[in-house]
Amino acid sequence: MRQLLVIGNGMVGHRLVEAVRDRDPDGAWHIVVLGEEPRPAYDRVALSSYFDGASADDLSLSDLSVHPNVQLRLGEGAASIDRDARRVTTTTGAVLTYDALVLATGSSPFVPPVPGHDLPGCHVYRTIEDLEAITASARTARTGVVVGGGLLGLEAANALRLLGVQAHVVELGAHLMPAQVDEGGGALLDRLISETGIHIHTGAGIGAVEAGADGHVERVRVGEDTEIDADMVVFSVGIRPRDDLARAAGLDLGPRGGVAIDSTCRTSDPAIYAVGECASAQGTVYGLVAPGNAMAEVAADQLTGGDAEFTSADTSTKLKLIGVDVASFGDAHARTPNALEVALNDAPGRRYAKLVVSDDATTLLGGVLVGDASAYASLRPLVGRELPGDPLDLIAPGRSGGGVGVGALPDDAQVCSCNAVTKGTLVSAIEGGACDVATLKGCTNAGTSCGSCVPMLKTLLAESGVEQSNALCEHFAHSRAELVQIVMATGITTFSELIAAHGSGRGCDICKPAVASILASLGGGHILEGEQAGLQDTNDRFLANMQRNGTYSVVPRVPGGEITPEKLVTLGEVAREFNLYSKITGAQRIDLLGARVEQLPAIWRRLVDAGFESGHAYGKALRTVKSCVGTTWCRYGVQDSVGMAVELELRYRGLRSPHKIKAGVSGCARECAEARSKDVGVIATEHGWNLYVGGNGGFRPRHAELFASDLDHDTLVRYIDRFLMFYIRTADRLQRTAGWIESMEGGLDHIRSVVIEDSLGIGADLEAAMERHVSTYTDEWRGVLEDPDKLERFVSFANAPDTPDPTITFDVERDQPVPGEPVSLGMPTRHQDHVEV
Amino acid sequence: MSVLTLDTTDATATQVWIPACASASLAPERGVAILLPDGSQAALFRTFDGNLYAIDNIDPFSNAAVMARGIVGDRGGEPTVASPMLKQVFSLRSGVCFDDTTVRQTTYPVRERDGVIEIATGSKGGTS
Repeated sequence: MRQLLVIGNGMVGHRLVEAVRDRDPDGAWHIVVLGEEPRPAYDRVALSSYFDGASADDLSLSDLSVHPNVQLRLGEGAASIDRDARRVTTTTGAVLTYDALVLATGSSPFVPPVPGHDLPGCHVYRTIEDLEAITASARTARTGVVVGGGLLGLEAANALRLLGVQAHVVELGAHLMPAQVDEGGGALLDRLISETGIHIHTGAGIGAVEAGADGHVERVRVGEDTEIDADMVVFSVGIRPRDDLARAAGLDLGPRGGVAIDSTCRTSDPAIYAVGECASAQGTVYGLVAPGNAMAEVAADQLTGGDAEFTSADTSTKLKLIGVDVASFGDAHARTPNALEVALNDAPGRRYAKLVVSDDATTLLGGVLVGDASAYASLRPLVGRELPGDPLDLIAPGRSGGGVGVGALPDDAQVCSCNAVTKGTLVSAIEGGACDVATLKGCTNAGTSCGSCVPMLKTLLAESGVEQSNALCEHFAHSRAELVQIVMATGITTFSELIAAHGSGRGCDICKPAVASILASLGGGHILEGEQAGLQDTNDRFLANMQRNGTYSVVPRVPGGEITPEKLVTLGEVAREFNLYSKITGAQRIDLLGARVEQLPAIWRRLVDAGFESGHAYGKALRTVKSCVGTTWCRYGVQDSVGMAVELELRYRGLRSPHKIKAGVSGCARECAEARSKDVGVIATEHGWNLYVGGNGGFRPRHAELFASDLDHDTLVRYIDRFLMFYIRTADRLQRTAGWIESMEGGLDHIRSVVIEDSLGIGADLEAAMERHVSTYTDEWRGVLEDPDKLERFVSFANAPDTPDPTITFDVERDQPVPGEPVSLGMPTRHQDHVEV
Repeated sequence: MSVLTLDTTDATATQVWIPACASASLAPERGVAILLPDGSQAALFRTFDGNLYAIDNIDPFSNAAVMARGIVGDRGGEPTVASPMLKQVFSLRSGVCFDDTTVRQTTYPVRERDGVIEIATGSKGGTS
């Protein structure tokens, strides 16, 4: 067995090992990997998601150690290479021999040698350890300067912002992202990024970093005459290939550094390969992962007897940063001789699009999209190909809808560039029986990385004649959103009318609760009134949460988690009197469990008399608005988070929705209310409130995304009104806000345009609908207690209303009642693991 | 209410009709639980078209006595109730579970007389 030694365990080094293992099923190579970082390779491209709550584990790549014949030596780098003896000495002094050596040492961040560049408070943005150091600095910092306005610099600026630090970006070029974006796009990009609250200084270099009395960063000098009072600095001006080992070993280097490689990825020593950011291919060092991966594939192919070559690399970029879409592909700067440009600069519409075409305007060479990059997925595969029509039609909305139909693409065009999936592969998968987006993703991997091609997957399915059913169930051929429209347009107020006119049969446990929720959202009165009562799902039916033994839990509303001692005493007394199990919930309220159905009215009479009302813990409705103590008590708070949480909870209480809605309000960027794990998260800033949407815990945890920044009170409430009402009207049954945003054409940007810019002209209508909800809200439990007909339903048995269900028994655990084993009555019994429903 | 009064006017040797509740207490598509003389329980339903059904109130999957609180509807025209616990759907006519046809709930004969709904006990497994 031959020995392959890989120096470096970054993304590209990792890819190389996987590529060799894929091509070497017989195990001709034994692979040893040296990695100097303490952890195995991780997704550095997604590094910024660390600030969105991703852990180091979330970022980790596949585990190489599952392969036989792969040895991973972490925390151990290479110290020197002896090419004659084919030996590498490691930093721990070990000596390893090789038959082939791959340099995948990557790059190091370039820190300009300005005075003070190494003061405490100065950082780079490259590894998880760097991010941990930045996070630590941010705890005490108010203002930070990011040096470099490229891709990574903007990610760093966003990270500072998420950490509650006012960010300044200093960029030497005339605008942000000069490598990817042209002047026209750059002007709009600067404006859109500025609007998010990040200060931009372009055409300016950093002069010096100055320390305060404590020796820590205190001030940054920019250009001739600008000074920024700052507590931290992040350098992200570029990378330098790590070619020291190669240099010391006498390998040829590229003109701008990097280990020179030929098209087979071999260095000047044929036994040594170089891949990724440490390599110089035809004089170019690529700082992107896609070219690095391409090199890794070529080297792996060569090592296993293939003849693949690395010629050029796709440096297309699409990113969404702070809600701003940017895409750059092909020859974005029109450097091809005689290239022509077609540009659309729609400043009021906040979008810029430019296509670069050949001198005869027939071939697409590249392009830049800023503000709206939705056409990227369909345009990028056309690079180097004949244009399907007038270039302006491809970028001007309203002329042909913008972009190119996926149908116009040739079969070998990549639809998913992240995973290199061609249209042909997708079409065969559809012909092979993939009939929905999920299946298509599963069998081709398309759309599983950045997701920008998912709309094209849908189009391909539709064009293939695959019908994607939106039917709610066998009784309604409509989706939930369509039923909302029907109910709104017809004014129908009962399930019976709706199913008679627009459905078939008598409904089921799917459509009945869905229609009940729609009727309730649109102001249908008490949910247990008349026929509506029979539509309600398990918990709504008795306004309490059914537990595994058929008893219920009682959760009164405690707005914002704020409660008086008197009310706490009442809860304790009620729990004691009715022998209820008591537990503090994760949503800052108190759960009383083990109430039998016939006890609910008596329990609630006590609670309502004490000033409590329904907490809707049982409903697909607003649950709670969690809060931290904010400026009321906290010495870090910048706004009154409790006051805001109480106001929001009282405003949206009782609002029925496609799924439960949770919200949170934090009084500062420390985020103690965990607002970003909620459907609606509000985080105080010094200037107002940041609004986040689409977060949730549960089975598939999601962090909420920033929706709008620094809002004043009225704007915040207006946006939440519109957002929630739009969600209620258009989401599917049991779809949380995250899934709703994901499934909506245009995603969060579209929702932003509807809510903020009122692009559909329904803003006033959504607000009016919310106002109706607010003004007609009444407590559901009070409604039951005041109505004998409704109260009559809260009995154990119709023929023995006060006889407790004999099958309900309790044991005692840690001094509290818990469900006992059910009394067996000789019935067929099947045990099934309890599932929260 | 007297629960255990037996009406034996037309009972067979194995069937005993007992009054369950007043007709007015059983709204369409809203079940009620009935405590039977032997301590077992029935879930009693009136469907939208006016038919009456009763099945064992104990959900065989969770062992909780909750079937009467399920949603009544239909599957392809077959009247059904869904367990409120884990949502398995049962035929009201046969008691067979749609999600696991090896499971079958006991059914009880039901009739309506003079404003009273009656359930026949003593012949478990029968159909109405």
